Amino acid sequence: MTYLAKPKLHHPTLPRNTIGYTRRDYEGKISTLCAGCGHDSISAAIIQACWELDVEPHRVAKLSGIGCSSKTPDYFLGNSHGFNSVHGRMPSVLTGANLANRDLIYLGVSGDGDSASIGIGQFAHAMRRGVNMTYIVENNGVYGLTKGQFSATADQGSKSKRGAVNTDSPIDMVSLALQLGATLVGRSFSGDKDQLVPMIKAALAHPGAAFIDVISPCVAFNNHAGSTRSYEYVREHNEAVNRIDFMPRHEPIGAQYEPGSTIDIAQHDGSMLRLRKLHAEYDPSNLIAAMNYIQEHQARGEIVTGLLYVDPAADDLHGHLNTVESPLNSLDEAQLCPGNTMLERINQSLR
Amino acid sequence: MSNATRRIEAVNDFVVKFANVNGSGSASANEMFAKSFLRMGIPVSPRNIFPSNIQGLPTWYEVRVTEKGHLGRRGGVDMMVAMNPQTWDKDIAEIEPGGYLVYDSTKPMPPSRFRPDIHVIGVPLTEMCNAAYSDPRERQLLKNIMYVGALAHILGIDPEVIPQLLGEQYKGKDKLMTPNLDALRKGMHFASEHLDDICGLKVRRAANVGNRIFIDGNSAAALGAVYGGATVCAWYPITPSSSVAEAFQKYCSKYRTDSDTGRNRYAIVQAEDELASVGMVVGAGWNGARAFTATSGPGISLMSEFIGLAYFAEIPVTIIDVQRGGPSTGMPTRTQQSDILACAYASHGDTKHVLLLPEDPAECFEFTAQALDLADRLQTPVFLMTDLDIGMNQRLSRPFEWDDSRKFDRGKVMSAEQLESGVDFGRYLDVDGDGVAYRTYPGTHPTRGSFFTRGTTKDRYARYSEAGPDYVDNMERLLRKFETAKTLVPKAIERKAPGKTRVGAIYYGSTSPAMAEASEVLDAQTAHVDTLRIRAFPFGPEVEQFLEEHDTVFVVEQNRDAQLRTMLMTELDAESSKLVPVLHYDGTPITARFIVKEIAARVTGANVESIQRGKAA
Repeated sequence: MTYLAKPKLHHPTLPRNTIGYTRRDYEGKISTLCAGCGHDSISAAIIQACWELDVEPHRVAKLSGIGCSSKTPDYFLGNSHGFNSVHGRMPSVLTGANLANRDLIYLGVSGDGDSASIGIGQFAHAMRRGVNMTYIVENNGVYGLTKGQFSATADQGSKSKRGAVNTDSPIDMVSLALQLGATLVGRSFSGDKDQLVPMIKAALAHPGAAFIDVISPCVAFNNHAGSTRSYEYVREHNEAVNRIDFMPRHEPIGAQYEPGSTIDIAQHDGSMLRLRKLHAEYDPSNLIAAMNYIQEHQARGEIVTGLLYVDPAADDLHGHLNTVESPLNSLDEAQLCPGNTMLERINQSLR
Repeated sequence: MSNATRRIEAVNDFVVKFANVNGSGSASANEMFAKSFLRMGIPVSPRNIFPSNIQGLPTWYEVRVTEKGHLGRRGGVDMMVAMNPQTWDKDIAEIEPGGYLVYDSTKPMPPSRFRPDIHVIGVPLTEMCNAAYSDPRERQLLKNIMYVGALAHILGIDPEVIPQLLGEQYKGKDKLMTPNLDALRKGMHFASEHLDDICGLKVRRAANVGNRIFIDGNSAAALGAVYGGATVCAWYPITPSSSVAEAFQKYCSKYRTDSDTGRNRYAIVQAEDELASVGMVVGAGWNGARAFTATSGPGISLMSEFIGLAYFAEIPVTIIDVQRGGPSTGMPTRTQQSDILACAYASHGDTKHVLLLPEDPAECFEFTAQALDLADRLQTPVFLMTDLDIGMNQRLSRPFEWDDSRKFDRGKVMSAEQLESGVDFGRYLDVDGDGVAYRTYPGTHPTRGSFFTRGTTKDRYARYSEAGPDYVDNMERLLRKFETAKTLVPKAIERKAPGKTRVGAIYYGSTSPAMAEASEVLDAQTAHVDTLRIRAFPFGPEVEQFLEEHDTVFVVEQNRDAQLRTMLMTELDAESSKLVPVLHYDGTPITARFIVKEIAARVTGANVESIQRGKAA
């Protein structure tokens, strides 16, 4: 019901997080996407994750490219600055924004067309630079806004709504991200909020390049028989390797699990990722094993989901560039301009 | 070869050209040769003429020695130092009659390889180097400084000047200093024994350099970015602009490192392409950092989509375009002013962008710092339009100046306090009537001042809108903003001819020194031409006035299509019939000789007959 204005009323009994915000404070405008769109579930998961994480909404910068997925930043975190940039170029704009102010949390939202087709170069380079960001690809295998063309993540042999068969090999964004040096990589399903919300929390708290591929069925153009991105298909083929609990540093370590069934991963900021292992042999701290596991299961037609890889010692681009602690956009003349006396010396050296 | 041929005799006014092989180590010796004149108080204007190559292809270095301070390229060669067998014939052919050829005479050359109307000066460089040095690399490299030594004696350069320059260059590096000094002395010694009074080109101390500095435009622009407060530089390597980012890195590591922590007050990213480099600049500008990129024509083509976004979403962006020969890959190592139109109206849809047109390193420095201010003030892309001739050649230039009381103009940025006080914030609300709205940096206030930046149409409060009136309102405001820009950009500079005239010439950028010299020549011929050097787009009222006050206006440019002339017609409704294009676009820098030739005939004729329309080149 996108034509109805959203009531601004806050119910007094709405629960507040530790910094005093209700979930409503993390919402945005009413979505203009189709009813039942997987992307709206992801927006809801982002709202939930930010609320649970006690993030101040205005300290998040949300950036996107062009397409259905890239419209969504308007539909969450209404008190955050948003930037709907150009097609496939969110990563570079986000990189620049991040360089300007390292103190904000950067959330990049993109789609499979935006990131795997036109923007694959920028996706690759943002990952390899270690830009401290959460990069979410809302992956439906199809161009929605232009009405149903295949994207580069569409599986070979999958059928479009009009009956055309995709003959090109698919790009697996997760495998690429692992290979390119992303330091937190996960895959989830828009229909699996229990898995997705803690994964987004883990990514937002991660101090490096975090990538999440979210399978997000397109109800208008990719939710039919023959599609490999439909709700039904993904539910049948989903192979979850773990469930995450994300524990911020001020939270005591919670319920105990049977030995061997959990892995605790401490992040730089003191937060803890607790993984409840669903597949005993899966080790998310081993990059090579993760890559093998994903490839093997992919060959069997299974979509592996969960936190697939995390490097708890991750660094970011600011670390690589050795920039000062203060945001670069806050530096003033005294810190930036060497002044006239120095210029006189420079002049003298050029004579 | 005949001694009976005329000898070019000249003091402090000649052109020496070095023909070398790329990668043979000649550059630093040649540069030292050029600098030695400056130390004697004589202006020089050197130019690299180099190939798109790292090793093996021909490269030239041309030094114009000019007591009068004519810093444009002169054209013609009085002395050729021919060190490259590949280009021998072409090099010999270039020497003016009565001029001089200096060559490595180790191997005898048949007389047919010389010209009868030039004077040949042989120096057995290979033989001398092989005798003196055993290391093969030294044997090759030291030839360069050895011929500089010979030239120093032949031309009468003060024998103490070059050793002094060597001392400055190799300070603390005795291993390099000793052999270089030795080779220099060997060259001088040989010339004093064998080549006395062989040449009519002479050097005499003068006092015409003053306090000027000697630097390339790319370094100057980079220093301007440091002084102007740029903290983010994203770039992609491309000739002839790469040295802007490299110089920025060099200056930043010197002047922008926190002495307590050793950490950097800047971030430089070599991007994967120009789309990403300008994208990063857009992101940084949006987030309140001063950011710039440096590129050349092909990069501008790639950046165009983002330039349109920055124009429409109103984000400060500074782009340094060091122009080269286009279109396409064009002439990557040659100069042109052929991106003017592409930058002024870059990107699809209706756009107009601010261009700054520096003439030399001093203006590269000033205009880059100013571009950062203007980009913030106007919240739009600002282009610094330099070119290879200014960017990659060391140029004698007035010294840099900086006023320590100067503040960065961050433009209209609403603070948390202002937002808290409850002022009406509309990202695209023109509260001051100058077309420039207030913006907020992300993260400023918990509940106020956030907005959604987009390349789509929006209303004054940044809300998505496809309504015609909202679109028109926004586009009209952008035009108002461009009017505001007119009042902020550097004004055009007029020079009146000694006699009253209705003939004018408009020029810009690297044409400046050639035009100044041409004006002197035209003055002497009483062919009076007022000149106007345009320093920015949009054009100020002084440009309109100049067009009104002259019946014929030559528009001197270094491109084929008379791009600035087109802009004068489009923007100022100037009559096409009175704008006469004078166009030089073969990739070499324009010369005074060319300008005089093109203008003189028409001007003297102008008193008696109407000016011919059409292309003058």
